[in-house]
Amino acid sequence: MISAPDVVAFTKEEEEEEEAYSDPPLPEEYSVPLFSSPFASQGANPWSKLSGAKFTRDFILISEFSEQVGPQPLLTVPDDAKVSGTFDLNYFSLRIMSVDYQASFVGHPPGCPYPKLNFVEDSKVVLGDSKEGAFAYVHHLTLYDLEARGFVRPFCMAYISADEHKIMQMFQELSVEFSKASECLKTGNRKAFANELEKKLKDLNYTRTVLHNETEVQKKNNEKGYYSTQAIEKANELASVEKSIIEHQDLLKQIRSYPYSKLKDSDFHPYEPESAVELAEDNLEQGVTTSKPDETGEMNPYPRRSSYTPKLIKAKSTKCFDKKLKTLQELCDVYFFTQTLDQLHQIEKTFRGDVCYLLTNQISRALLKKQTITNFLFEETFTVEERPPEKQSNAFQASPLDSSDAKYLEVCPVPKMAINLTVYKSSVESVPIKMDQELEDTPGTEVGEPMAYDQQDNLGYLDADLKGSVSSGESIEVLGTEKSAAALALSESQASLPQPHPSPQAVRNKAVSRRTISEDSIEVLSTCPSEALIPDDFKASYPSAINEEPYADEEDEGLRFSPSLNLDRAEEMGGDPEPENLLPADSTCCIGKESSSFLEPLPNLAPKLCDDDGVVSIPPRPYRQADQEFRINFTDYSSHDGITGSLLTYEPDPHYLMSSPETGKISLDKCSDSTVSYMSSTGSTSSDRTPSPAPLIGPSGERHKKKAGQNALRFIRQYPFAHPAIYSLLSGRTLIVLGEDKGAVEKLVTALSIFVPNCGAYAKPVKHWTTSPLHITDFQKWKLIGLQSRYSRYISILDADSKTLRCPQYRGALISRLADHRTQIKRGSTYYMHVQTLLTQLCSKAFLYTFCHHLHLPIREGETEDSVAARRLNFLKAHLGLPHEDSRVVQYLAELLKLQYLQDPVRGVSPVLRFDYVPSALYKI
Amino acid sequence: MLRWLVGGGREPQGLAEKSVQTLGEEQTQNPYTELLVLKGHHDIVRFLVPIDDYRFASAGDDGIVCLWNAQTGEKLFELHAHTQKIKAIVAFPESYACEEKCHMILTAGADRAVIVWDCDNGRQIHKVSCFHSTVKCLTVLQRLDVWLSGGSDLCVWNRKLDLLCKTSHLTDSDISAMIELPKNCVAAAVGKELIILRLKTSKDGTEWDVFEVKRLLDHQDNILSLISISDLTFATGSHVGELIVWDALDWTMQAYECNWDASLHVDPQQEIKLSHSQNKISIQHLASDEKCVFAAVGKGIYVYNLQMKRVITFQRTAHDSTVLHITKVPNRQLISCSEDGSVRIWELREKQQLTAEPVPSGFFGIWGFGRATKQANNTAKKAPESTTVYSLDLTGDLIGHSSAVQMFLYFGEHGLATCSADHLIIFWKDGEQESRLRSLMLFHKLEQSEDLQLGI
Repeated sequence: MISAPDVVAFTKEEEEEEEAYSDPPLPEEYSVPLFSSPFASQGANPWSKLSGAKFTRDFILISEFSEQVGPQPLLTVPDDAKVSGTFDLNYFSLRIMSVDYQASFVGHPPGCPYPKLNFVEDSKVVLGDSKEGAFAYVHHLTLYDLEARGFVRPFCMAYISADEHKIMQMFQELSVEFSKASECLKTGNRKAFANELEKKLKDLNYTRTVLHNETEVQKKNNEKGYYSTQAIEKANELASVEKSIIEHQDLLKQIRSYPYSKLKDSDFHPYEPESAVELAEDNLEQGVTTSKPDETGEMNPYPRRSSYTPKLIKAKSTKCFDKKLKTLQELCDVYFFTQTLDQLHQIEKTFRGDVCYLLTNQISRALLKKQTITNFLFEETFTVEERPPEKQSNAFQASPLDSSDAKYLEVCPVPKMAINLTVYKSSVESVPIKMDQELEDTPGTEVGEPMAYDQQDNLGYLDADLKGSVSSGESIEVLGTEKSAAALALSESQASLPQPHPSPQAVRNKAVSRRTISEDSIEVLSTCPSEALIPDDFKASYPSAINEEPYADEEDEGLRFSPSLNLDRAEEMGGDPEPENLLPADSTCCIGKESSSFLEPLPNLAPKLCDDDGVVSIPPRPYRQADQEFRINFTDYSSHDGITGSLLTYEPDPHYLMSSPETGKISLDKCSDSTVSYMSSTGSTSSDRTPSPAPLIGPSGERHKKKAGQNALRFIRQYPFAHPAIYSLLSGRTLIVLGEDKGAVEKLVTALSIFVPNCGAYAKPVKHWTTSPLHITDFQKWKLIGLQSRYSRYISILDADSKTLRCPQYRGALISRLADHRTQIKRGSTYYMHVQTLLTQLCSKAFLYTFCHHLHLPIREGETEDSVAARRLNFLKAHLGLPHEDSRVVQYLAELLKLQYLQDPVRGVSPVLRFDYVPSALYKI
Repeated sequence: MLRWLVGGGREPQGLAEKSVQTLGEEQTQNPYTELLVLKGHHDIVRFLVPIDDYRFASAGDDGIVCLWNAQTGEKLFELHAHTQKIKAIVAFPESYACEEKCHMILTAGADRAVIVWDCDNGRQIHKVSCFHSTVKCLTVLQRLDVWLSGGSDLCVWNRKLDLLCKTSHLTDSDISAMIELPKNCVAAAVGKELIILRLKTSKDGTEWDVFEVKRLLDHQDNILSLISISDLTFATGSHVGELIVWDALDWTMQAYECNWDASLHVDPQQEIKLSHSQNKISIQHLASDEKCVFAAVGKGIYVYNLQMKRVITFQRTAHDSTVLHITKVPNRQLISCSEDGSVRIWELREKQQLTAEPVPSGFFGIWGFGRATKQANNTAKKAPESTTVYSLDLTGDLIGHSSAVQMFLYFGEHGLATCSADHLIIFWKDGEQESRLRSLMLFHKLEQSEDLQLGI
């Protein structure tokens, strides 16, 4: 029985959203709703949601409605018996398979001479079983099997969770992800199906030849002029074989002419680009050996063809029920099957954890998107998000709340938005009970607003529908299925459009233009019967099994070099590299509810791809020996002079503004943007100068935050001069951390890194590793000349060994809030968030300061620059409440904002170094 | 609660033996709080020449000429053609170029070639490589619409690169510098000699001749700098520190100064003690305004008043090393750069003094030795009749180059470009002003872009 609160939860959500609109400044989603879970009445605590369920955590189930044994579970992701526990997978399979509303009718439609394949879109359903305590997002799909009844085999993939709320909230995302997985399966299936058909055709052709010969022989033998019954039988057999050939040819043609026009459009691809990327990656990473044979086999069919010897097919080929049905793996081609499994694992990881965690993440990311002007300053995700998914980050699965996984939410390309919305919509429409009036409405909206689907409306439908279905009091809720009359009508009209590929470009254009209205859930192939078969189309010599192959090839080829390809595509799409990025514009208003993943720009910008290099973390290097060497030198020196501090001032210089040709290359590039760096003491010995910028924002994400937060907490507690050090960073002054012990230095750098504003949208200006061009071999020279100390005006120096800090004084109030050594915060991640909060606040101040017209321009004619400057200062002090050095921080951030805003799209931000002539102080513990 | 101990505000600057005036980290009068590093050269950068209001060219030992946008620091063109060091570069004055509506620069390299470049498209217009010796200097005579190249001889060219005429071999030395003088004359510094040459042209402008008018042999050593002060005067400075001010019309000596140590009426006793080796007082560079000549003498800078015919103020050790370039900029400011890699900004201050008190002897008594670094300046002890005391105060130093700063180019409001042996050009900008400019650009962009609807 579904209890009433299940309904409440959903409508409440809707109210919340309404509120969010009326009160934009505070995102309502952040407020914690009163605890009113169905279990509240049972006295359970809010975190014991799982108590009702018989499984320990969310999992994915793939089931099949077998024509032989009925619904049966095939596999679960993760493939671990512990996960599903005592949960009755058989029972649940029955449940989920029984709600497949789609008409998967294939066969001889009335009035049609040949069997027809329906290219059925998947249906997406939410169902719940409160008895089992399980709720599921169920994704139905059908795969083709020549031996199956009606050529189809229904499958479904279900995301099963004990939290109904989660399923509801994540419906869109789940739908997007599962569509990708499903599309992958289906593509493999079409390929396999086409192969099977070709084999079958060969068999049939062979059989026909044999039969033909036999009849000829009979004719010759039979000179009496009348046919024996045997001959008539043979003739009939021949006729039926010929009919069968035509039927199979027709099927092959149908499967080949699957509306790929949709898929050809890159931004319309539900899954291909990514899977292609993965494919490419797979080839690279796992070595070509594993996937190659399979691939080449597919793509270069000749060897296989030639090796296939046609079999004679018996006249009465009866459907035998005792034969073994193909496994899913066989149905889908091993390669695609593994791909799909990978995707499903990814989905499982992505949606791990509590829904509130997922939602909060989504919301913050969505909000972050709104702050396009300022978010480059302190947001790490900003850079990470836009990277294409990388295999390496899969390695991080340690914590269930791993955000790097959550990022996959975002990585998915945007285009699905349009599809899903409509699918969503049409699925709502399709609920047969009371859809009539809504059906009338929808075509209008669809045509009228092709791009910006009004999500609000959809939700409206959804709710209405939900209420309707829930009130029926059944234990299975049906959110919706696919087919809708309206969509069907539309699709039929379009179905006549697809031509056998006039030219790729034309098809693309067509696809683009059509795309806005062709979000139909079912595409019925043209009703025109396929009498006129194009010979090429079904010749076995056709280079690929099915028509999609060439395109698949293109994809493969192209995506191995994805940056360039993406650009090409952008050009193809009319020079506008990101039409999809425009899409979300309207939907941002619905952020509260809608997935933020829609708002992600496509990861198709070349510079961002290049940026990947900057994010790669470098494995630790052998350090010991060099370390010792340095120590000798170091102590040597300090014993001479006893002033380590003064030494420190010399050290950074070579990095900073060096002169030798090689350093010219690295140093000044970095000089403006390396704001934290530590002197590598191994400078003298390590000959490699591998650039390893910013391993800080490696894929570790959440874990890094936690660590950085912990280190920062320790730092502010340990070092009484934390404030001026942080001030140095916030005001754009390079801070150099020196020390003998690499670990200690690294900890400090990690700790301080969270205070470093980014100079651009690229890597964090933190340099973890610098090898000095002057090296320690020049140590003596430095001692003698000591002239590099003149660069000390540009830097602050934190000496981790002698625990001293040399930097300008700080007297503001801001940083005491940011880094209170008596803070009650205990956890690193909490502190990290605390810092992020304050920094965001700071960003908004900087934004205000930067974009306030009257602070920078005269408000009346003839106003002097001095008067404007005075107004500016007053604003900083009085309005923003930033005394003394605090205003410097905001001024620096404002300068970064300006530079970023004004940056040339081609040349990027010019590497300006700003500094002040301010005296430094030496702080000691 | 004593949470930390604030150690003194300032650290001792540099090594204290130098009597170089230093400025603390706090430089309130130094406007240059932003810098752009311009990278493009692979060897010593020796020359910077302005092209127009916003562009300049740089050249040096790598044979590359780079054109830069002074506003953005963007490299506009990189001109490759010289196979060896560039020895001289000159920009055609704008009015000259106006006829062809393009900006041109001339470069002379050690590869014995002179190339004319179009600055607007970065293309080579002409190339002459028929020189017998390296061209060491180039001058454009705007009035005559010709340009001169100086090496072992002097050649006169028109802008189409036709050789109009040339001198014979002048002396053993090459021409190291040339300036234009009135009456179609040119002064050329050749070793110790200053040769006055005159150009003659037929009325239709087809025939040209250049001939020697006079040789001035007053310098004891090689002439290192030659500048034009006004239409009527010019000045030369030599390796042994002789500064001679000449009449530009009759080429007579107007003033002579060589005793830089004694020029300030120091006790002869002190002078002997401080006797410098000759190279330490070589005049590397001269600059002038109408009233004064500013001389880079050894490590010091001296201000020589033309009217009073004496040094009015100086900084004997303005830098740690030889001063290579000096320029007077508006607001009575002087900029100098040196082999020590620093650029310093000085302000020439005048103070009216009612009574001419003799400067305490102890003040100068410790010259050149470990004088307290905070000592403000060396004030010229002036004749009692004068009531004006001049001083040269350090108002800022620009530190960025790690090697000798060869020269710099003052670019008005855009800032200051410095080039150095460290292969870099640093463009120093007024941070405040840049910030304001960026704000203006930002609001301009805001107005234009419709995607961002920001309320004002």
